[in-house]
Amino acid sequence: MDFGPYLMLASLEGAVTAAVLALTAVGLSLVFGVMRVVNVAHGEFFMLGAVLAWWMTSLIGGHPALGFAVALIVVPVLVGLLAAAADVTILKRIAYDPERTIVATIGILYILQQVTLMTYGPDARPVEPPFNTRLALPWVEFSDGRPQLYWPWGLSTTSYKLGVIAAASVVLIGVWIVMARTRIGLVMRATQMDRDMALAFGIPVEKVYGLVFGLGAGLAAMAAVLIVPIQQAHYLMGGDPLLLSFIVVIIGGLGSLPGTVVAAILIGLSDGIISVFFSPTLAKILATLLVALVLVFRPQGLFGVRRA
Amino acid sequence: MLELSEINVAYGRAQILRDLSLTVNAGEILCLLGRNGAGKTTTMKAIMGLLPLMSGRITLDGQTISELPAHKVAGTGIGYIPQGRRLFADLTVAQNLEIGLMVRNSGGAVRDGVLDLFPRLRERLHQRAETLSGGEQQMLATARALCLEPRVLLLDEPTEGLQPSMIEAIRQVIVVMRDRGVAILLVEQRIDAILSVADRVAFIENGRNLETLPADALRADHAILERHLGV
Ligand SMILES: Nc1ncnc2c1ncn2[C@@H]1O[C@H](COP(=O)(O)OP(=O)(O)OP(=O)(O)O)[C@@H](O)[C@H]1O
Ligand SMILES: [Mg+2]
Repeated sequence: MDFGPYLMLASLEGAVTAAVLALTAVGLSLVFGVMRVVNVAHGEFFMLGAVLAWWMTSLIGGHPALGFAVALIVVPVLVGLLAAAADVTILKRIAYDPERTIVATIGILYILQQVTLMTYGPDARPVEPPFNTRLALPWVEFSDGRPQLYWPWGLSTTSYKLGVIAAASVVLIGVWIVMARTRIGLVMRATQMDRDMALAFGIPVEKVYGLVFGLGAGLAAMAAVLIVPIQQAHYLMGGDPLLLSFIVVIIGGLGSLPGTVVAAILIGLSDGIISVFFSPTLAKILATLLVALVLVFRPQGLFGVRRA
Repeated sequence: MLELSEINVAYGRAQILRDLSLTVNAGEILCLLGRNGAGKTTTMKAIMGLLPLMSGRITLDGQTISELPAHKVAGTGIGYIPQGRRLFADLTVAQNLEIGLMVRNSGGAVRDGVLDLFPRLRERLHQRAETLSGGEQQMLATARALCLEPRVLLLDEPTEGLQPSMIEAIRQVIVVMRDRGVAILLVEQRIDAILSVADRVAFIENGRNLETLPADALRADHAILERHLGV
């Protein structure tokens, strides 16, 4: 294969990574933005989404699309409810103190991981994609000075991967509409801007926090359900999404949703491309280096606003 | 109407308010005066439930509001105009008002009534609060509180940094509200700016009551001011 088609293939892989990463990171960013706490257990909610998706699809059986469709809707809700319960029982008790929340969510991380190991076990298990047609992709070639389409051998993707990108985009647009256009979004943004004034104007801040924490975890779980037909469910799979989400949230600007999405696309695409041409480790090294540079030269993030 | 009985309030270990008592009646402007750091803002935060009481209680028309969770206080009809405005900076004028309207599910009529008091805001409904001028921001902070159809208004230094014409506009709104029977607790540094509208004046020092007197007495005898404020 020539360089061009190869790059296109790598970009497509990167776009899938970016789509899933954007969902996961937006969840983390929402929690950080509105509640001003760092959720170290975010990756475990992702892992839980994948494991529950496996469990639900194997429980339902029948056509793979049926179980998958149910999982895609039910699993994020379940994980969201679990997270909201953790918020009410644990984080609320420690009054969302930033340091203690980090410690508490580390605790939640280990509990979720170990409970999964004890029940689901150490195996990686696949989920069958709901649809999976191989799509050959065309490339342009110049012969006799005229552009000509041809289908290079090996240049292909699957309908499911395109489906992941589409689904993630739809959900992200949904999140944006909720935040920008609805009353509940208005309430969340007001809480983010000034917690005390939100309270003084009748906003039940604790309920908003529970909702945001659940929503953030639900988004991670949904990202995991989408990726599990490509990646398999495993009890240790939460580490990478957590690290990458942190990177994305810092680069995008803490608490800025558009910044988070742009940074996810940037990191996801470059991760895909560098992984294909060089190695996945180099991709992670470069992403981490980028974070360090951002922290040094633009601490508010590429899209963040500097706050007094 | 609004009654604070011997409240004690602290930030962590530092106690700020000590056995502080105040009463504000319907259709009355009570002006709270005290030096910087006397605890005026702290008093307002305590009324809004933003700071827990160590002891004492706060009632509104007999209902003990100091036992309510903070987010339920506004719903009893208390509109808060905090020091430094504290608008929701990234939200538009309309959205800031919407937050005020949501407190008691007030409708479009209330919104129109409030905007009639502040015509300049009506021209700027879709402007972000952050980008308003200082005077406009103060108008918006006031309008936001009026949107919940308050029985009580708490105003913390509403004229801070405003030019005379703007101070006059704010003062007129305060008087309109008093004439509608709203109980008004007003904190102000510029005594001359508000003495003319105050009904009673309460002096506090180090979080304790000094004396509370009719504004007429102050207007008659400026020496009282000097004694309590050292101005
Ligand atoms: N968050 C806080 N933590 C600790 N102490 C505080 C806090 N906020 C205020 N204080 C202290 O409480 C005291 C009273 O403050 P407060 O803001 O009520 O004063 P004030 O009467 O409103 O003064 P000013 O006229 O300057 O606005 C001050 O000594 C202040 O340092
Ligand atoms: Mg003050």
